[in-house]
Amino acid sequence: MSVVSEFRRTTGRRGAAGAARGVTGRGEGKVAAVFLAPWFLGLFLITVGPMVMSLYLSFTEYRLLKPPTWIGLENYTRMFEDPRLLNSLKVTFTYVLTAVPLQLIVALGLAMLLDRGLRGLSFYRSVFYLPSLLGGSVAVAILWRQVFGAEGLVNAFLALFGVQGKGWVSDPDTALWTLVALHVWTFGAPMIIFLAGLRQIPEMYYEAASIDGAGKVRQFRSITIPLLTPIIFFNLVLQVIGAFQSFTQAFVVSGGTGGPADSTMFYTLYLYQKGFTALQMGYASAMAWLLVLIVAAMTALNFLASKYWVFYGDD
Amino acid sequence: MTDLQMRPDPAAGVHASRADARHGGTDAPALRVRSPWPSRWRALLKHVGLIALALVMLYPLIWLLVSSFKPSELIFRDVSLVPSEIDTTNYTAGWNALQYPFSRYLLNSALIVLGSLVGNLVSCSMAAYAFARLQFRGRQLWFAIMLMSIMLPFHVIIVPQYVLFSRLEWINTFLPLIVPKLLATDAFFIFLMVQFFRGIPKELDEAARLDGCGHGRIYLQIMLPLSMPALATTAIFTFIWTWNDFFSQLIFLTRPDMYTAPVALRTFIDATGQSSWGPMFAMSIVSLLPVFLAFLLGQKYLVKGIATTGIK
Repeated sequence: MSVVSEFRRTTGRRGAAGAARGVTGRGEGKVAAVFLAPWFLGLFLITVGPMVMSLYLSFTEYRLLKPPTWIGLENYTRMFEDPRLLNSLKVTFTYVLTAVPLQLIVALGLAMLLDRGLRGLSFYRSVFYLPSLLGGSVAVAILWRQVFGAEGLVNAFLALFGVQGKGWVSDPDTALWTLVALHVWTFGAPMIIFLAGLRQIPEMYYEAASIDGAGKVRQFRSITIPLLTPIIFFNLVLQVIGAFQSFTQAFVVSGGTGGPADSTMFYTLYLYQKGFTALQMGYASAMAWLLVLIVAAMTALNFLASKYWVFYGDD
Repeated sequence: MTDLQMRPDPAAGVHASRADARHGGTDAPALRVRSPWPSRWRALLKHVGLIALALVMLYPLIWLLVSSFKPSELIFRDVSLVPSEIDTTNYTAGWNALQYPFSRYLLNSALIVLGSLVGNLVSCSMAAYAFARLQFRGRQLWFAIMLMSIMLPFHVIIVPQYVLFSRLEWINTFLPLIVPKLLATDAFFIFLMVQFFRGIPKELDEAARLDGCGHGRIYLQIMLPLSMPALATTAIFTFIWTWNDFFSQLIFLTRPDMYTAPVALRTFIDATGQSSWGPMFAMSIVSLLPVFLAFLLGQKYLVKGIATTGIK
């Protein structure tokens, strides 16, 4: 079904099945090599090669114009003494840990409302999905600057109730929350995944439950949520990975600075500034590897924790 | 329909609204004991709520559209959605506000999109065919590597990629943005197509092989024609993602004549003051329009694509 479940499956039953196939294979290796040639080239030249290279660069001082010089772990130790980097980690974690759960809760709530053969379902689905498609664009980030600006839409709305708003984007206390709001606004994509998941829950479970006298809340808690946990998990993993890499919104809303007062300095934005503005390519490479480690650790944590709350019917 | 009516309604609120929707309320079922009214009201309430939410969601976009037709000085003074007059000067001003006419940036974006489309469709479907249909040593392992590459943060390779592409003197050309797509680096689409290919009956290609078809012809004449929905999904997502892409375009295209629409749009913020909100909004609308059209035309494939693979 999904990448995550496929991944579980593939890595889980490699070995026996894979080996057996290798032996009985009809010797299509050469044909396969032809079909896979572009992908292999890409994997080694565009992905793995640069990964190895960036690992090497992360141990060097490299400013693009001069050849890299080996400095060992210095980039890594410097990172932990770099207050702006530590701040960018704090900003990014705050963002990921609030925006992702909020977005998923809204997505799940709306999917619950939209299920059940609602009339006009496809209309609502489209309307709620549209922001997901546009949300990553520069144009919408520009729009967001205005919506939450001092003279923006939000304040105009507040003024109707006599509330004096402020410049949400230019206030360090609130700037990050406007980006969280932008992320929540794009709840449509996970909502559609939830809708697809809800549709797979057999109707008879609910019928049986209601015959047994289970109310709506009980049904939600005992049928919907457990059967949906694999999908919630899948959304969670992908959204966390994606959210750690958010860039465009913060870049545009802050005008490329990560301001005000570094309050929207996403990790990727700081990486960009270090690598492509200050041209400290070695340091940026080390930052990139720290990001990989963080994302991998978060994903591993998700997978580990999933044993305790994700319910797979086939286990 | 009859079947549905005959079935004992579980009556509990959960299913009532669904039954209502299907009955359309025309033939009040005599079998039903409970009055349909409470759930009817509830459905109505739900629709009111959903429409209100839809309006809140779309309001910023509608405001952007309306504002783009207002003179700049009125945008913030007048928040109503009905413009007093339609004024297209923002569009003509925005089109020519930057160093090059905006059409230049749109064309650059379009060229990158075109290259990416060809690249993803060809290279990803080829790899998918191998994973879905061919037996070869280490298939499971390569497949797992492919899945992992989907989740790899792009930033880890951007620095050496930049170094590599600048050595090749590819900076400020479209090559760094197109060549990776020709090499199937958007592995998400490989996965999507593998899923789809697996659903095509194997008997079809086995019959073709008995008739003496090689893998090349099976791929070209059987798999691809039968995979139009998957190819369409790939095409639409490639289109939208490439059009919206910002990070890599920002890095690889630094000369104004090579700017794409998003990169150019971003320079509005630096280059202009409060006075030119109007032109900036107008060009924002222009740059959102292709995505919106792709959304209208390809909704079916978008929804299916997300539901089955979880791409955003």
